[in-house]
Amino acid sequence: MPPEARRDQPPDPSQVRARVKEFLATHDPTRLSRLEFLRARFDAGLAWVHYPEGLGGLGWPRARQPVVDAAFAEAGAPDNDPRRIGIGLGMAAPTILAHGTDEQKQRFLRPLWTGEEVWCQLFSEPGAGSDLAALATRAAGDGDDWLVTGQKVWTSIAHEARWAILLARTDPEVPKHQGITYFICDMTAPGVEVRPLRQLTGEAEFNEVFLTDVRIPDAHRLGEVGDGWRVARTTLMNERVAIGGAALPREGGMIGVVAGTWRERPGLRTPALHDALLRLWVRAEVARLTGERLRQQLAAGQPGPEGSAAKLTFARLNQEISGFELELLGSDGLRHDEWTMRRPPQVDFTGRSPGYRYLRAKGNSIEGGTSEVLRNIIAERVLGLPAEPRSDTNVVWKDLPK
Amino acid sequence: MTDLLYSDVEDQLRGSVRELLAERSPVTKVLSGCETSTGHDPALWRVLAGEMGLAGLAVPEKHGGAGASLREAAVVAEELGRAVTPLPYLGSAVVATAAARAAGDGELLSALADGSTIAALAVPFATEPTAAGVADAAPFRGDGGAVTGQALGVADALVADVLLVPADTGLYAVPATASGVERHPVVSLDLTRPLCDVSLRGASGRLIASGPGAADAVRAGLTAGAAMLASEQLGIAEWCLDTTVDYLKSRYQFGRAVGSFQALKHRLADVWVDVAQARAAARYAAVCVAGDDPDAGVATALAQAYGSPVAVHAAEECVQLHGGIGFTWEHPAHLFLKRAKADAIGFGTPDRHRAVLADLVKLPA
Ligand SMILES: Cc1cc2nc3c(=O)[nH]c(=O)nc-3n(C[C@H](O)[C@H](O)[C@H](O)COP(=O)(O)OP(=O)(O)OC[C@H]3O[C@@H](n4cnc5c(N)ncnc54)[C@H](O)[C@@H]3O)c2cc1C
Repeated sequence: MPPEARRDQPPDPSQVRARVKEFLATHDPTRLSRLEFLRARFDAGLAWVHYPEGLGGLGWPRARQPVVDAAFAEAGAPDNDPRRIGIGLGMAAPTILAHGTDEQKQRFLRPLWTGEEVWCQLFSEPGAGSDLAALATRAAGDGDDWLVTGQKVWTSIAHEARWAILLARTDPEVPKHQGITYFICDMTAPGVEVRPLRQLTGEAEFNEVFLTDVRIPDAHRLGEVGDGWRVARTTLMNERVAIGGAALPREGGMIGVVAGTWRERPGLRTPALHDALLRLWVRAEVARLTGERLRQQLAAGQPGPEGSAAKLTFARLNQEISGFELELLGSDGLRHDEWTMRRPPQVDFTGRSPGYRYLRAKGNSIEGGTSEVLRNIIAERVLGLPAEPRSDTNVVWKDLPK
Repeated sequence: MTDLLYSDVEDQLRGSVRELLAERSPVTKVLSGCETSTGHDPALWRVLAGEMGLAGLAVPEKHGGAGASLREAAVVAEELGRAVTPLPYLGSAVVATAAARAAGDGELLSALADGSTIAALAVPFATEPTAAGVADAAPFRGDGGAVTGQALGVADALVADVLLVPADTGLYAVPATASGVERHPVVSLDLTRPLCDVSLRGASGRLIASGPGAADAVRAGLTAGAAMLASEQLGIAEWCLDTTVDYLKSRYQFGRAVGSFQALKHRLADVWVDVAQARAAARYAAVCVAGDDPDAGVATALAQAYGSPVAVHAAEECVQLHGGIGFTWEHPAHLFLKRAKADAIGFGTPDRHRAVLADLVKLPA
């Protein structure tokens, strides 16, 4: 059932809270294991309430989700640690929901939401970043299966992942957007090799992933053969609201960290820095309200190109605020915590130390579509400005200059 | 108007420094060694400071120097920035040398001139070249030649033979190996210029300046440092711009070089304009400080206030326009980003330099 089906009579917040209370009365989080509790929450439709019934939701408007989450948090119930499973929640799940078969939805969504299975995104390749549709990883039919060979790069959290959303070329004889198919890839399958790729923070959140004759059953194809680009667009649109689109309280993100430092350390204050801080504060708060407004517009359905604006602003602000923090700290800003190579279990934008935050924020304008690409999307798809003349869209993929 | 161009001699100097660094300290080598770097390369130092005589550029000939000036040293700083070379040139050949010179200490100057001795001024790298900065930076007590106190986040001190320590009773030259001297390496944002914390407990030193002369010497060191840092920042920005231009010519997406997208061309054109302006400001600072010009204070604050954000911006654009590769450790862009950001804090942040300017050009708050 599409989420819009019940929009005529959405429950008000008090009804939402009552529903959570009712659930908690029969599912005591102090007596159930965390996993039992999360599975029961999913089965009761209180996981992501805008999803359909039977798939963790109730077909309610998206705007009711924060009320549900707050009610569970208030009761001290465990959550699904959303930051650990961001790619699953933000990108894989909406794509499976929109394009998956019933079997795929039944098989994948529940363990995805409970965090039993972590997901990663095998999209970018050394030669296909912004121009993702140029990807060269090959999937060739082999009986009821596909054999996939190629190299992916900058794959976040691949070292933790059980499953991946994967784009591969099934037909090199047609123009590049037409020959792509979207798959779900088992990261434990033979032929999948994950190598850490170190980032300028010193850590390796992301990886290089080498695929050599990886066997994927046709049942793990998402969408039609050759229709992968359309399916991928669902993922990309969702990715852009997933990065930077989270509902936050005032001072919830990077600005809160700096505001805290400002309040705790009066010795750092100067009039010039004060003005700079408040300019950033204003922009951060307005960005938060803009995000709130966007979420209200998106009460149901899939995000459109407007979502790009949220990510664009998020990246710019994170970078400026974390850069400001280092200058505010002055001498202390020159000290770093450590450069040790590690493979963190999750992506963290506001953690660790000021130097880490400054450096990590540089990725925000690259990951999930660069800020330049997002500006092109706003210019062309929101504003309707004429597109750049292109020479690559009607050429058969195998004849494109590489 | 002062000559803001590079002379033929300076161009030759630049050529030979660039050649030396390309051969002995290419960026790939700096990158592979950055995690264990002490901020020094003794073999390279012997050539650059000693054989080529570049540590003595700003030392008068009577003390064994080249009798040139900070104008030429600025060219060296620019090239060292351009290659993020881990060498104590700024701390020793610029800051400590200017302080020793202001203090009139011929003995120390001679030892610094040929690079055989490396010295560092024991103040936090973030210290601004103002009276207030100088006052804050002298928390040491000097008792009849025994110096006690602590300075955090000092540049180039880890590899120094001599520490110049500003204390309440004057400026002391303390051998780094003297008993009571401790240096703790600091994990630093800038991997190629690691800082250290210096603490002295009754370490014996030689008094090289006292009274107002001591503060003047410290201030001279910091001013020279800030002025030369502007040239280093210029070098950083130049590398970032050149490297990015090259990359965007060769990186193809959407069937064309990404540098052919006008959005990116404009971005790099803006960086080029900024760099050209930063060069003028850095040159002016170098000329003024070299010639003890009365405008040296304005020139230095100007070069810092303008040049710091330019270098940071150029490095940030370098990372961004390289895309995913620019975010990896294996690409050297991050060394420049970290150096640029640390340099923006070194000798005071841009807002502090604007405050200094406000006083000097009579635009009170
Ligand atoms: C921290 C991080 C995590 C990531 N995680 C993942 C992941 O989990 N899975 C995955 O598949 N990928 C991931 N990526 C890869 C990311 O999606 C790509 O890096 C990104 O799409 C850019 O591609 P590229 O690196 O090839 O840059 P390029 O496409 O080569 O771009 C180089 C520069 O040119 C600009 N440019 C390109 N085209 C245009 C244009 N038409 N107009 C104007 N400017 C243009 C770009 O904005 C960029 O500045 C991650 C990247 C980072 C940094």
